[in-house]
Amino acid sequence: MGILEVKDVGKRFGGLQALGDVNLSVAENTVHAIIGPNGAGKSTLLNVLVGKLIPDTGSVMFDGQSVLGRKPYEINQMGISRVFQTPEIFIDLSVLENMMIPCFAKRDGSFRMHAIENMHDEKDIVEKAESMLEDMNMADKREMHAGSMSRGDKRRLEIGMCLAQEPRLLLLDEPTAGMARADTNNTIDLLKQIKDERDITIAIIEHDMHVVFSLAERITVLAQGTPLVEDTPENIKGHPKVREAYLGESA
Amino acid sequence: MLGLNKKDMTLLIVVTILTLSAPFILNPFPTDSAMAQFNAGYPDLMQRFAIFGIFAIGFNLLFGLTGYLSFGHAAFLGVGSYSVVWMYKLLDYNVIWGLPLAIVTSGIFALLIGFVSMRRSGIYFSILTLAFAQMSFNLAYSVLTPITNGETGLQVYNNDPQVLMGANEASSPHLFGLVMNSSAKVGVGAWEFTFNNGYYFCGVIAILVFYLSIRIFRSPFGMMLRAIKSNQTRMAYTGLNPRPYTLAAFVISGMYAGLAGGLLASMDPLAGAERMQWTASGEVVLMTILGGAGTLMGPVLGAGFIKYFENIFSKINDTVLHNWFAFLPDGLEDFVVFLIHPFIGKGWHLTLGILFMLVVTFLPGGLVEGGQRIAAMIKRTKEDEDTPAKTEPAE
Ligand SMILES: Nc1ncnc2c1ncn2[C@@H]1O[C@H](COP(=O)(O)OP(=O)(O)OP(=O)(O)O)[C@@H](O)[C@H]1O
Ligand SMILES: [Mg+2]
Repeated sequence: MGILEVKDVGKRFGGLQALGDVNLSVAENTVHAIIGPNGAGKSTLLNVLVGKLIPDTGSVMFDGQSVLGRKPYEINQMGISRVFQTPEIFIDLSVLENMMIPCFAKRDGSFRMHAIENMHDEKDIVEKAESMLEDMNMADKREMHAGSMSRGDKRRLEIGMCLAQEPRLLLLDEPTAGMARADTNNTIDLLKQIKDERDITIAIIEHDMHVVFSLAERITVLAQGTPLVEDTPENIKGHPKVREAYLGESA
Repeated sequence: MLGLNKKDMTLLIVVTILTLSAPFILNPFPTDSAMAQFNAGYPDLMQRFAIFGIFAIGFNLLFGLTGYLSFGHAAFLGVGSYSVVWMYKLLDYNVIWGLPLAIVTSGIFALLIGFVSMRRSGIYFSILTLAFAQMSFNLAYSVLTPITNGETGLQVYNNDPQVLMGANEASSPHLFGLVMNSSAKVGVGAWEFTFNNGYYFCGVIAILVFYLSIRIFRSPFGMMLRAIKSNQTRMAYTGLNPRPYTLAAFVISGMYAGLAGGLLASMDPLAGAERMQWTASGEVVLMTILGGAGTLMGPVLGAGFIKYFENIFSKINDTVLHNWFAFLPDGLEDFVVFLIHPFIGKGWHLTLGILFMLVVTFLPGGLVEGGQRIAAMIKRTKEDEDTPAKTEPAE
């Protein structure tokens, strides 16, 4: 049994079958990549996992519990964090404040009325946020306005914010899309380091095969809303069906 | 100190000093001078500064921090006033009963209205709050006449129960015998200063709730509200539920409004439906934006600015103008008065509108931004003076 079990999930948008009978099992503490051509349904699948979309059929179990019908913040509190294609951070807040918010969410849950408490008294939160920034190599940027950072740094911060919640499953939707080569390599190194240092399962959607083959232990190929094959990177590389459906087109 | 950092503490001290010395500061012109009409140091106006300051501080906790723009806050102002007048009618004129009730009832109202309105955001939220406030106004104006006394307005009558009323008790609002509308006048040379109980009562409360708002701004809760304004998506995908946060902010700011409404009735024991009209809701929006939304001092400055213009400009009439321009030839005098006429007296709204447009266009951060720019300019000229032999760095 994997930490994430997707069974027979289907989702229609009007006449379009975006997902049809998707079955997917992600084993704990592995990096699982989901690849596939444009419009294959990768983002749709991710949106189902985080509660943004409710599938028409099927079930999604995380750690033995169903996520269907729960709100995004509830699913997040179960231990699933998501990194977006364009970094979603609090651009009007400082870098340190950005990092403190997930620390609060982890400690206090989805809501707590701490209106009179003083920030200086939240030592554990500040310390955790600062050490997280150090892990991300961003300690020097702590007072910076998050919105004024480079895209690579925003991505790094967003990943750090997700990790600060100590999630059991980290979902990444094309984390290197639109990034310069150097930023892409930095992100790969960061994700490798995360995978080595933490007990965490990572599911990553990616178009860049360099990223996929540097990180993934398992790969699922999605085409037209259905998984074509699931295998190790070595086998996927040589798979005739995959070359035809996907790699042949882009490589 | 008091859980504030140095900068906030300085701000609080400055505000406290200004508030307590307002009767002096706002009366710079000798009583008999021609400029005396620009004095603002009389009780009625000073009370308004404090009360509308409280109203705007509370409004800013919602709008400035979360970005949710309520167009219905006057409803809570009205609820606060009615609560206080009812306590006069049932118990006695001591404001100690009515003010806590005003905060509680407006809080409950805000919870109900906020619960429904907060299901939407952006313009839909604003429209919903506006609709609720207009509904409240209409209820107060006609439907709920037994509670609000309709268009006459709620006031105290001789046959009201006033069960706690003592034999020697004042027959106007007071706090344990400290009568709100009584003042001490002190003459110093050509000047006369008025120290009014009601103003100091409002002023002390204003300082307390200003302090509270600093604490909220700097608290983790305040940071969450700013985060909601910045990015609701990230908020939800960080395991936080924005709804209770925004609703709590709405209720808190509704309670500030209720307190302000209660204080209005503490100065003058009346409550009328017009206090809940949409123009009153719009006014607090103007105050906050004019002063600088999301800043600590902005709403206070905005409230003071608008109330000052409302009272001073609306008092200037044609006779005053003719006096000012009496030195001009007759025809020219009439012409100048004719030109200025639309902007004064009842036309002061026009002046306010123009000022508002100028501020929003040239100082998007409101009066606070204006102050910051001036401060920066002074600093720059000072630095230039300090380093007279500054050489251009060669590149
Ligand atoms: N909210 C929506 N409403 C209608 N159609 C949608 C919606 N979201 C996605 N689709 C459609 O569903 C299909 C799958 O889209 P999806 O975004 O999941 O693809 P993808 O695999 O992520 O593609 P890409 O690699 O381009 O990001 C596409 O044809 C898309 O147009
Ligand atoms: Mg996609």
